Amino acid sequence: MGKYIVKRVLLAILTIFVISLITFFAMNAIPGGPFNSEKATSEATKAALEARYNLDKPVIVQYGLYMKNLLQGDLGVSLKTGRNISDIIGESFPISAKLGLAAACLAIVLGLVLGSIAALMRNRVPDRLIVFFTTLVTAMPSFVLATLLLYVFCMKLGWVPVWSAGNNNIILPVISLACYPMAYITRLTKTSMLDALSQDYIRTARAKGVPQIKVIFKHGLRNALIPVITYVGPMIASILTGSMVVESIFTIGGLGSKFVTGITNRDYTLIMATTIFLAVIMVIANLITDIVYKLVDPRIKLE
Amino acid sequence: MAENFKKSPLSAQVDLSKFAPATDEEKRQQDVMGESTTFFKDGMRRLRKNPLAMGAIVVLILIILIIIFAPMIVPYGYAEIVKGASNLGPFQYSSSEQASIAAGESVFPHIFGTDSLGRDYFIRVVYGTRVSLCVGLFASLMVLIIGMVYGSIAGYLGGMVDMIMMRIVDIIYSLPDMLIIILLSVVLNETLGGVIKGTILAKLGTNMISLFIVYGLLYWVSMARLIRGQILTIKQNEYVLAAQCIGTSTGRIISRHILPNCLSVIIITTALQIPSAIFTESYLSFLGLGVSAPMPSLGSLANDARSGLQSYPLKLIFPAVTICLIVLALNLLGDGLRDAFDPKLQR
Repeated sequence: MGKYIVKRVLLAILTIFVISLITFFAMNAIPGGPFNSEKATSEATKAALEARYNLDKPVIVQYGLYMKNLLQGDLGVSLKTGRNISDIIGESFPISAKLGLAAACLAIVLGLVLGSIAALMRNRVPDRLIVFFTTLVTAMPSFVLATLLLYVFCMKLGWVPVWSAGNNNIILPVISLACYPMAYITRLTKTSMLDALSQDYIRTARAKGVPQIKVIFKHGLRNALIPVITYVGPMIASILTGSMVVESIFTIGGLGSKFVTGITNRDYTLIMATTIFLAVIMVIANLITDIVYKLVDPRIKLE
Repeated sequence: MAENFKKSPLSAQVDLSKFAPATDEEKRQQDVMGESTTFFKDGMRRLRKNPLAMGAIVVLILIILIIIFAPMIVPYGYAEIVKGASNLGPFQYSSSEQASIAAGESVFPHIFGTDSLGRDYFIRVVYGTRVSLCVGLFASLMVLIIGMVYGSIAGYLGGMVDMIMMRIVDIIYSLPDMLIIILLSVVLNETLGGVIKGTILAKLGTNMISLFIVYGLLYWVSMARLIRGQILTIKQNEYVLAAQCIGTSTGRIISRHILPNCLSVIIITTALQIPSAIFTESYLSFLGLGVSAPMPSLGSLANDARSGLQSYPLKLIFPAVTICLIVLALNLLGDGLRDAFDPKLQR
């Protein structure tokens, strides 16, 4: 087990390193520096600015400097606004984290409940409805769902006010983020629940006279949970990327919409810092998922 | 027991009087009733019995027919601006068109209305669907080819080569794909512009090319893993060993035993890869990183519709429903193919 964790952690560190390399060199490949603006900047000013941000040094040196600062928690300053990126992330990430966590909880809870219902009532009306619903939801990109929700509930019905500084009702963005993972978890739970319920130990438990509810929760659901755990890592990644469009649509100033603005503004340092920040979260989420997965099920053979 | 010993040791020890010749009816029971079936015939038979999958095929064929033939019938181009016809509703006409209708000329209706610039929306959705479907198809083919070659090399060679190749896959696999795709699209967009200027590729637009490059760089890993795993497990199966024991040639083992078993997984994964590629393309287009204007894609149409959502919700509904319909149909078809072609799922 220890060997596996060490191997997994090393892979995670390597991944983050590769990501930082890709990001840095990709950003440097873009022709035209950040100071090639429409307004004529004098050569001296440009040189001074480039020296200020170390842009006059070789790329390798720039990368080294960047990584050194990064490891010290200094993400540099935004080239467009001149603000500290740590500050930008610091103030926008909590908003995204709140959205993401709420969406993740909603997706897991509803997904497990719906999946179990579908498995227990297999081929009956509730099951058919749930299957229909999940098939439909998985065919709908998050931006379509978010825009539709915005249109129906904000503009037409007026049930939910549009998101603003004074009113931060997060229900619609959370629903649009949670739908896809929820549908996925529902499907996963259904298959693994059906699988678990057909096992011998369920028959044994029933034969012993264990009450139905206990069979379902203690013997069925607990075993059905294991495949669901593997999806937690990918789910966090999907929620984080989904939050980019969803935040833009609902005009929420979270990290996702900051990233999108960074892309449109060609704010290299902001793009790089956000990519690395989000990537680290995803890699850590995957790492934890993998380790927990091996921990909860002793039947899984360690490599 | 005792009477058995009385029999001659040379006799077959079968009492023939106990047997009667088979009647014609009994003989017929031994006939092979059905034609012998191949893997594909068998799979297709199962697929045809699946109403959802058949419905999906019908929907897809309809969509494909529409996107092939609609541009020939509809007299508008996707970038053609009809003067004074901005933001028309479905089947409405601009004042000048109404005048020519009154004069007895026939004007082709704007089936989905027009957009804010006065472009026929139906033809834009049709072209958007073309773009999205093509991206989905080619991206999946690319993933298939790269993944298959890489995966089979790793699977066949095994050992050190396999180890190194798979560690590379591990790293690419753990990269957050969407982030890298966005990042690379931004970068490639900027850098490719000069390189492809003047070539045929310029027509496609840098965004499309970067999308394909990114897809080719990142998405093949799961396919490669899958195929390598398949080849490794199939190679170890008893029936391969049995085939080797009875002296089957390697070529026959590969074509009769390994390939058909891989093929189902390959078909299913490719079929399910197409909707995911369409999803990615529409997502990027929605962020403004997809095809370059005026070429529409379903994602960019949906994005454009966002600004006028309050007044013209139909502009969002048309591309959104089309994306959902295509992805839904492809998903159902993929599921159908999995049920039909995956022998391991047969219960």
